[in-house]
Amino acid sequence: MDDLFTSTILIVTVASGIRLATPFLLASLGEALGQRSGVLNLGVDGVMLLGAFGAYYTVLKTGNLFYGIWVGVFIGALVGIFYAFITVNLRAQQGVSGIGIYLFGLGMSDLLFQKLVGTPRPILPFPTLEIPILSNLAVIGEMFFQHSLIVYIAFLLVPVATFVINRTTYGMNVRAIGENPEAADSLGVSVAAVRYSTLIIGNSLAGLAGAALAIELGIFQQNLTNAMGFIAIALVYFGAWRPLGVMAGSLVFGLIASIVLQCKTLGLIPRSASDLAAMAPAIITILALVFVANRFRQPEALTKPYIRG
Amino acid sequence: MRKIDSRMVLIVVLALAVPFMTAAAANAAGKTLKIAIVAPSASNDLAFTQSIVDGINAVKKERNIEVAVTDGTFVVEDAAAAIRDYAKQGYDLVLAHGSQYGGSLKEIAPDFPKTAFAWGTAADTFGLANVSSYEAASNEGGYVMGVMAAMLSKKGSIGIVGPIEVGDAKLYVDGFIAGAKAQNSKIRTNVNYIGSFSDVALAAEAARAHMSAGSDVLTGTAQMVVGAIGAARSKKAAWFGTQANQTELAPEIVVASQVYKWEVILRQIVDDLDKGVMGGKKYAITLANDGLVIEFNSAYKLPAEVKQAGLDAIKGIKSGSIKVGQ
Repeated sequence: MDDLFTSTILIVTVASGIRLATPFLLASLGEALGQRSGVLNLGVDGVMLLGAFGAYYTVLKTGNLFYGIWVGVFIGALVGIFYAFITVNLRAQQGVSGIGIYLFGLGMSDLLFQKLVGTPRPILPFPTLEIPILSNLAVIGEMFFQHSLIVYIAFLLVPVATFVINRTTYGMNVRAIGENPEAADSLGVSVAAVRYSTLIIGNSLAGLAGAALAIELGIFQQNLTNAMGFIAIALVYFGAWRPLGVMAGSLVFGLIASIVLQCKTLGLIPRSASDLAAMAPAIITILALVFVANRFRQPEALTKPYIRG
Repeated sequence: MRKIDSRMVLIVVLALAVPFMTAAAANAAGKTLKIAIVAPSASNDLAFTQSIVDGINAVKKERNIEVAVTDGTFVVEDAAAAIRDYAKQGYDLVLAHGSQYGGSLKEIAPDFPKTAFAWGTAADTFGLANVSSYEAASNEGGYVMGVMAAMLSKKGSIGIVGPIEVGDAKLYVDGFIAGAKAQNSKIRTNVNYIGSFSDVALAAEAARAHMSAGSDVLTGTAQMVVGAIGAARSKKAAWFGTQANQTELAPEIVVASQVYKWEVILRQIVDDLDKGVMGGKKYAITLANDGLVIEFNSAYKLPAEVKQAGLDAIKGIKSGSIKVGQ
């Protein structure tokens, strides 16, 4: 057990947890925004897969990581418009529509991969971006300031999202529509326009999460996300629809996964208990969900299509 | 008691034998044999699924067969539906390529006595006349890789990324450790079964964890290792592959790959079908029957003595002077 508490291992464990948390954080931030406006999207994983493939293929063809990122975001935005049309204009049942988006993303990303690429081919992953001065600090420098650009972007989005949701007129409209769309509408706020915007932004973040995953790994393969999108949805509940809470949930999930990996690597978890240990992040997240989420109320209008009376 | 009519007995016997006789006769007469494969990951995953698809394609070049593939069935229920569907469609042989499919096959096979089934990697035929099993003695190639890895590691530590401790993954890992320890009893072998065949991100982090713990040589098995290879590549750690040739994923670090040549046992299964043998047999690819082949990456500058040690290990396993065990 002493092996685990050496500074080297602690640094590596925290850094690994942050990397693992990043796609969850991006996707769940986007989903939280959508849910605050009253729209549930169970298709996050599908959007992530489409974003991941789009980004991977773009980098494979152009060699430009930033083009890849933008393509991932753009694909997410397109799916967001489509999903908004289904749920806002057509007022479709959100749970079923979201599953449809997921299945579409799962199938389409694989089909495109098979047709356009075939065998997995590596791409250059994100380079590490060391923040001047901070990255040289003892212990915390390597933990927090030697990551790829996308990791910093993901964590910087947390205060931005908190500010937007809590301190701007737009954020107030989002919250109002998520709680009482009739009242917001009566005050002249366009429910449709706000929900379109949250779904476009939210799905763009899901697309970015997929792009970040594919480029961080430097590869794409069938079902690359491995149901990360569904965990991201659970983390929104864990985080009580608040960006800081979502970040905490993502970090808990990533760090537990990382600790389990390190313990197995160091032989602290016997091989016979390996499969059980692999379930730890999910089990602890579910337990935390039960304790944390019950203290907060979900947006009142969540999953309810708005029909102007 | 009424005397049993001998003609009735003959009719019953013929009725029972007809499916087997027709299948055998048709196969022997050069009828197009219909073979279906149900496999967990993509057909071009550079690992487990690709190995069986490459194998069936090799057989296809030699004889008249029609092949259908359903890949990407990580979900066992999806695989079960596909297996049943192919049997209903009258396929002569259905290959359930995944040790996780055994339970489903045990339920499905008795419903389709005219269809031959084979599954792997496994050794159980469930006592069913139309089910065969096949496995890869991946511990043999693992042993060879382990010998070379122990010689290559400058830090005396090797990292291993596995999925779940079953089937050929467990065999490979156990063989690898045995080989490494045989070469250098003091070598440290860290094993990390991540608990998933498909979590690429977790496999990448497992590889990083190994490298941070001091491993400079890595290996891994199953479909998710593409992530681990990428992580190894970023730190220039040497990589030993298995199931398919993984050189193209990282030519600068892949030392060698143990490649599955499933065509060796697929030929045997098809030949047995020609003879009317629908199942009940166990097949295995080994170094000795050339079903397992160690392919070296010519672009990797492998010291001559390390390569020679690998070749010697292959020779020893083939001749029986090295017992890898299971």
